[in-house]
Amino acid sequence: MSIDDQTFDAQPSTNGRPLAPGRVRIRTEPLPGVIGAPAATESATESHVHVAPESVFEADGVGIFYGKKQALIDVSMRVRRGQVTALIGPSGCGKTTFLRSLNRMNDSVSGFRIEGQIRYHGHDIYGTGVDTVEVRRRIGMVFQKPNPFPKSIFDNIAWAPRNLGMRSGLKERVEKALRGAALWDEVKDRLKDSAMGLSGGQQQRLCIARAIAIEPDVLLLDEPASALDPIATGAIEDLIHSLKGRFTIVIVTHNMQQAARVADRTAFFSLETRGEKPIGTLIEFDETEKIFGAPRDPRTRDYVTGRFG
Amino acid sequence: MSLFRRRAEKEFDPTQPLVATGNLSRRHFVSRVIQFLAIAAAVAAVAVLVIVIWAVVSHGAKAISWTFITTGYPTGVGPYLVGTFEIVAIATLIAMPIGVLIALFLTEYAGRRWTRPVQLVLDVMNGLPSILIAVFIYILIVAPTKKQSGIAAAIALAIIEVPLIARGTQEVLNLVPSHQREAADALGVARWRSILTIILPAAVGGIVTATLLSVARAAGETAPVLLIDSLAKGDSIQLNPFGQIPNVPVRIFQLSEEANPEGFTEAWGLSLILIAIILALGLSSRALLNRSKRKMSR
Repeated sequence: MSIDDQTFDAQPSTNGRPLAPGRVRIRTEPLPGVIGAPAATESATESHVHVAPESVFEADGVGIFYGKKQALIDVSMRVRRGQVTALIGPSGCGKTTFLRSLNRMNDSVSGFRIEGQIRYHGHDIYGTGVDTVEVRRRIGMVFQKPNPFPKSIFDNIAWAPRNLGMRSGLKERVEKALRGAALWDEVKDRLKDSAMGLSGGQQQRLCIARAIAIEPDVLLLDEPASALDPIATGAIEDLIHSLKGRFTIVIVTHNMQQAARVADRTAFFSLETRGEKPIGTLIEFDETEKIFGAPRDPRTRDYVTGRFG
Repeated sequence: MSLFRRRAEKEFDPTQPLVATGNLSRRHFVSRVIQFLAIAAAVAAVAVLVIVIWAVVSHGAKAISWTFITTGYPTGVGPYLVGTFEIVAIATLIAMPIGVLIALFLTEYAGRRWTRPVQLVLDVMNGLPSILIAVFIYILIVAPTKKQSGIAAAIALAIIEVPLIARGTQEVLNLVPSHQREAADALGVARWRSILTIILPAAVGGIVTATLLSVARAAGETAPVLLIDSLAKGDSIQLNPFGQIPNVPVRIFQLSEEANPEGFTEAWGLSLILIAIILALGLSSRALLNRSKRKMSR
């Protein structure tokens, strides 16, 4: 650790470690942003050239291509630690593409190419020596459709910790994750039952529990409530509120009210015609109240007031 | 065309009774002929199987007896059955890990660029005449060592089994939903651990199925054992794989070559045992596959 700190001069947490391959260690120090944990110290920031202390992600001029088709152009934004950042916008505007590029889930898409830079705690996510498995171990993701494994509820949560070597206190870890995802009371008596027997909303909370069981730094949520009914959606939103602060959360949503309810800051993506074809890009990024109350860009205003196609 | 249109226009009257008009009757007739041909082809295929089984049962049933199954040459076929079992078991032990690994390569690691060529190679391999593989192993192993052996025959059969296992396993691995791979990836767990603990367990039924089918195929392959492992006496059970091992296909061949009609009956009897084993393997593998497919699509 000390070598890492000297070399990369990061915050006094594991997040300052470069994203290089290595044995996954059990995190013993408190998570950044956890209540009671020391916040990033001011002194650490001075030699930290690229990153403002509160930024988890810094995107600079990000453009994304699938083969010859450009899906996203010129996105620059900062995601602040411990906050909920929402990405909203019409279909096909590249918000999910951008989200998936934050933990390199797009790598497996054939023809994927990225330009510009995305830095995570100052480290280029697409830099040389970066291990994608390590990236995802720190930046977890929950998908649009609930995707539990065909295993028991307990094994769903315990699977990743087991495979990452966090075997001690597994039961407590599973319970903590399920409590954290507000699912414990509903499933505590049937942990051995198949996760496939849960309702859609419960499955999605299970997926969130599975993601937080390994205590990542960031949670990426890709329209986590779009396949759920309003009551289950409400449960997910309450959950996001309760996770705020403990984790940095980036959420893609089609539902503008949802963004307004859960997000501290909101980014509005839209399609912009550059050259011949429309390409997704970031139009406006600000405090959520400003985006919904007093947007500067007329396109944002049209979208949030429902005047958009 | 113009003639047809003029007639159709003239005859079209929506208030007419709903019977066939225009050339509809002719189209119905053609449709029925094609349907008949298709059914006839299917019936012919089933009929061939039924006739073969009937012939084998009717000729071979009288040869089957306890002595026939349990004793060795010249009264029975016990050692041949045991030998075939051993050769196929060794072949499967060699072929299964290789086949499953190839399937994993195809579904989990190979990009689009590699999947197709490797698949093609497997399909060509599957279509290779078994005599070719037999000659290959003969030149590679039997000729240099100047010795026929069960292990050489097992290697030849393994070559026959590998593409079957690989393609069958690939099919079930493709059935494992991609969102489960994504879920595993997003948890920061290395790929091989996901494969071992999520993907393979979901596909295990299909892998067993593919293996059973390949076992059925290997058990009946004659050319390799005829060339590579055909000189064993068969009067006692031979278990040393580095020596010659008596086996069923070679024995059927020998018996049917004999001048004496008793031999013929015994050949039929042994064929009956072989076909019964293969049918049992095929049916149970089907049942297993259906079960695991149901489990996965839940």
